[in-house]
Amino acid sequence: MDLKDLYREVILDHNKNPRLFGKLEPADSAADGHNPLCGDQLHITVRLDGDRLSDLRFEGKGCAISVASASLMCEAVKGKKRDEIAHIFHEVHDVLTHHDAPVPEDLGKLAALSGVRDFPVRVKCASLCWHTLNAALEHSATTVKTE
Amino acid sequence: MSAQPKSVGAYDVERVWHDFPILARQVHGKPLVFLDSAASSQRPRAVIEAVDAYEKLHHANVHRGVHQLSQEATAMFEHARERVRGFVNAASTREVIFTRGTTESINLVAQSYARPRLRPGDEILLTALEHHANIVPWQLVAEQTGAIVRAVPMDRRGVVSIDDVAANITQRTRIIACAQVSNALGTVLPVREIARLAHANGAVLLVDGAQAVPHQRVDLAELGCDFYAFSAHKMYGPTGIGVLVGREELLEAMPPWQGGGDMILTVSFAKTTYNELPFKFEAGTPNISGAVGMAAAIDYIDSLGIDNIHAHERRLLAAATQKLTRVPGLNIVGTAPDKAAVISFTLEGIHPHDLGTILDAEGVAVRTGHHCAMPVMEFFGVPATARASLACYSRDSDIDALIRALDKAREVFS
Repeated sequence: MDLKDLYREVILDHNKNPRLFGKLEPADSAADGHNPLCGDQLHITVRLDGDRLSDLRFEGKGCAISVASASLMCEAVKGKKRDEIAHIFHEVHDVLTHHDAPVPEDLGKLAALSGVRDFPVRVKCASLCWHTLNAALEHSATTVKTE
Repeated sequence: MSAQPKSVGAYDVERVWHDFPILARQVHGKPLVFLDSAASSQRPRAVIEAVDAYEKLHHANVHRGVHQLSQEATAMFEHARERVRGFVNAASTREVIFTRGTTESINLVAQSYARPRLRPGDEILLTALEHHANIVPWQLVAEQTGAIVRAVPMDRRGVVSIDDVAANITQRTRIIACAQVSNALGTVLPVREIARLAHANGAVLLVDGAQAVPHQRVDLAELGCDFYAFSAHKMYGPTGIGVLVGREELLEAMPPWQGGGDMILTVSFAKTTYNELPFKFEAGTPNISGAVGMAAAIDYIDSLGIDNIHAHERRLLAAATQKLTRVPGLNIVGTAPDKAAVISFTLEGIHPHDLGTILDAEGVAVRTGHHCAMPVMEFFGVPATARASLACYSRDSDIDALIRALDKAREVFS
């Protein structure tokens, strides 16, 4: 295990200067993520344009891996359609959990998270934001349907 | 090893370190630096061998058979009880109940002592620095009885003052429960004075001694509390075994907590007569090898001398505190004047979780997180801290390795 593989420049940069940090007001949907084990807290707000996630922000506190992962995720999914987001999540999930899985070329900057898989106790730090985003999107889906 | 406790000056930490086989291993290709003894301490060879010998030569069920092995196992189990009694100076072995650990001991008191006695509006008084194990059992019994759980506040150093304890005792206070040493901050509480206050106000005192017994002499006759709980695995013994010491007249008046074998004299479908103390509270086959290991751990502590261990750890704690204070951006959480073996800290700009991973890569084991004391973290406004904790085998070189690893972390995050 190599620390440089976990704390890559991209990760450290996004931890120090998180992108899309903050809160959308008004927002179409929001969700909270909480990891009581390490105290990570995340709040994600999203705006939707039909099937498209037109804008989103995140705020909260957490370790470098969870903050950088949320920042990278927000950049990667902004403007994407739901099925595209699901596809990216699927790829990120594989990269985080399968030790030998090749890193897909279309993953872009998110590939920086592949070092996390050598540190199994840190995988949940990187995946918290994705589960939180999913909750926000699912929540909005039911809201949209009932309107 | 001589039976006479050595003088402080003669405390040979290198020799003590070599008594613990696990400390010689490597982690991620680096020598292990174990600074997480407050979570669970390591075992000396003497404990490992005592448990091994029991398993290989003496095991059978206790208090049952007339055959030789059962008699040997029973003798070893009851010898362990006597060793525990002497270790904390309890009045009699009738007051020494083996449990799974501190948590079970506290739950036993909550359910068997508190639950039948508490009335709606009665108060259970805790302190702000308690471990979850000394909070949640009281919340459960409060829910069951309509009693109220209150907590004595602490100051910014992590000190719980005797005046604040006094100020929070009311006419409805029935039980006070507090740690003798805080696991998250290291604060030593004035338990003897709290016992006096409790008794002057018609309440009983339970002391969570899990973090105290490995570090300082505990004399229950002098301390004067009503219940005292601790675990073997934080004092160089095995996991899964601990003790509740209770005042005999209180234990006599309490109903059994769990039913089963060993805790009865006679059973018919019409009526069961409970066994006498301490067996009334030990339903089922106990953790016999654990008790044997616990006794061996007490023998080991005695061979070093608990006062010598105390002096060694105090000196190391002061030296470590001084060294850590010089690390740029390091903030020690918990700065009580009277502290034991624990340094909780945060490092500016680096989340404790990242710190834990980087230190681990350097072979340094510290605890990071909320230390099962979430109210403490909330009080200090931090999600978590890193905690380095000391034991009889901790060396100055371990602290130096920690400092080097912290420098490495600052380098990674520079």
